[in-house]
Amino acid sequence: MAQDSKSEIKKYYLPEGLPAPRAARTGVDKEYWDATKRHELVVQKCNSCGAFQWGPEVLCHQCHSFEMGWQKVAGRGRLYSWVRCWNPVHPALKDACPYIVAVVELPDAGNIRMVGNLLGDPHQNPPFDSAVEAVFEDHPDATLVQWKVTAK
Amino acid sequence: MSEYTIKDKVAVIGVGETTYYKRAQAPVSEFRLACEAIIKAADDAGIDVKDIDGISGYADDRNDASRLATALGLKHLGFAGMVWGGGGGGGSGAVGNAAAALVAGYAKYVVVFRALAQGQFGRFGQAPVTNSVSGAPAFTAPYGLYVPAQWVALRTRRFMHQYGINQEPLAAVAMADYYHAQFNPRAVMYGRPLTRAEYDKSRWIVEPFHLYDCCMENDGSAALILTTADRARDAKQKPAYLMAAAQGSNYRHNATVENSADYASSNFKTLAPRLFEMAGITPKDVDCAQIYEHFSGAVMISLVEHGFCKPEEVMDFVTYENIIAPKGKLPINTSGGNIAECYMHGLELVNEAVRQVRGDSTCQVPGAKISLVASGPMVSPVTDLIVHSI
Repeated sequence: MAQDSKSEIKKYYLPEGLPAPRAARTGVDKEYWDATKRHELVVQKCNSCGAFQWGPEVLCHQCHSFEMGWQKVAGRGRLYSWVRCWNPVHPALKDACPYIVAVVELPDAGNIRMVGNLLGDPHQNPPFDSAVEAVFEDHPDATLVQWKVTAK
Repeated sequence: MSEYTIKDKVAVIGVGETTYYKRAQAPVSEFRLACEAIIKAADDAGIDVKDIDGISGYADDRNDASRLATALGLKHLGFAGMVWGGGGGGGSGAVGNAAAALVAGYAKYVVVFRALAQGQFGRFGQAPVTNSVSGAPAFTAPYGLYVPAQWVALRTRRFMHQYGINQEPLAAVAMADYYHAQFNPRAVMYGRPLTRAEYDKSRWIVEPFHLYDCCMENDGSAALILTTADRARDAKQKPAYLMAAAQGSNYRHNATVENSADYASSNFKTLAPRLFEMAGITPKDVDCAQIYEHFSGAVMISLVEHGFCKPEEVMDFVTYENIIAPKGKLPINTSGGNIAECYMHGLELVNEAVRQVRGDSTCQVPGAKISLVASGPMVSPVTDLIVHSI
């Protein structure tokens, strides 16, 4: 649960009305979206050579095997980059600015990166490379993976 | 030198553009804008429009080459090509493709063009409204990560963190673009000078980009005509010979969900060495550069990746005094560029490089012989060119 500056409890970090994520029809990322509903984080890992890969793709960029598997990983990462967004680029964001978009590196998964919002005060200035942890945000159609700075 | 090069085998012999408008202000259709710019470029070159026999585009241009050839009554079409990629990354590459077509003998006069009418069509800086997303956008759009300003900012901030860079180089780029535009009557921001106080006070779009760190959104069209060196010798204008052109992308640069192997990069690291090798020059030989600025931060990284300074030197090198014409160490974006002349997806930067080496820029660098254009930082592919006068 995110809190805005007025301490009003919000259901989601960003307002409703943004498009809901759907698994691709090709099935390339179905396991990821199924796993988030179970509050698990999984990433692509090659069954043949063991390389981690993100975003999902139909074959391994290292060994060209088409046998891509999935690895459950801990919801822990490093805050690789983040930005505070002030311009509503979608009508649903009209009253939601500023908000923070974060890029998180997963050291437990070959340093692949994921994108999410950084929960908490949108005016915070967290140091780069801060430890962050995953927070699962359940929506009716899908579960998003958000991040928050890990308490020291 | 390898025989497999386009170096000095082709030249730009004409440039042209329509009036540049603010977004959605063009009174005519995008297709008509394209036709007008092509006619103006041919007129500048002193050739009959109907002698154009090649059309080169980029950025998924909506104005089909065959429709243009038909509407303009071209005698025949010998080459029609497009650079992959939907952004401004293909501007120099479209010139490179034109050069390749000329050297291969596919065509004798090739036009490169770009046309935009964002009133007639959609905007680039706004997300399409849909109920659901799948594929790569499913991992970003639900978090409000939609537009280039945001992902360019993410990469820029990582670069700034790694090298201890503050807002100053970004402000310098925005201020230099506005300064140069004040000399350029074609510029949308002509007569609209920008003070540093106004820059500092302007609203954030996405940190670290203020409003003035971002390109405009415009309507209009730009075009240029290339031909072979032997034909160029008889041209009405002083030819701007193509020293080099290159396309490129770093290893897995376009990995989705912000997974470029080298993240804080403008994507020129593998391209720039090939470009300079083809041209047979080094960065210090460049008299002025036109560095695609969708967002100011990408310019500073592009300058580094072309060897104009080291990342540790950005704070000292990318200063307002160093990048303004006529006396800066490396004047850049001397027409005002995407930020203050017109956001014509960088084709206005190519026309400006040509004008600089012809000697008829509105912000002329004295004695400029060599100008470099870097198109579309951070997208893939990115493309470059270098023109010079002989």
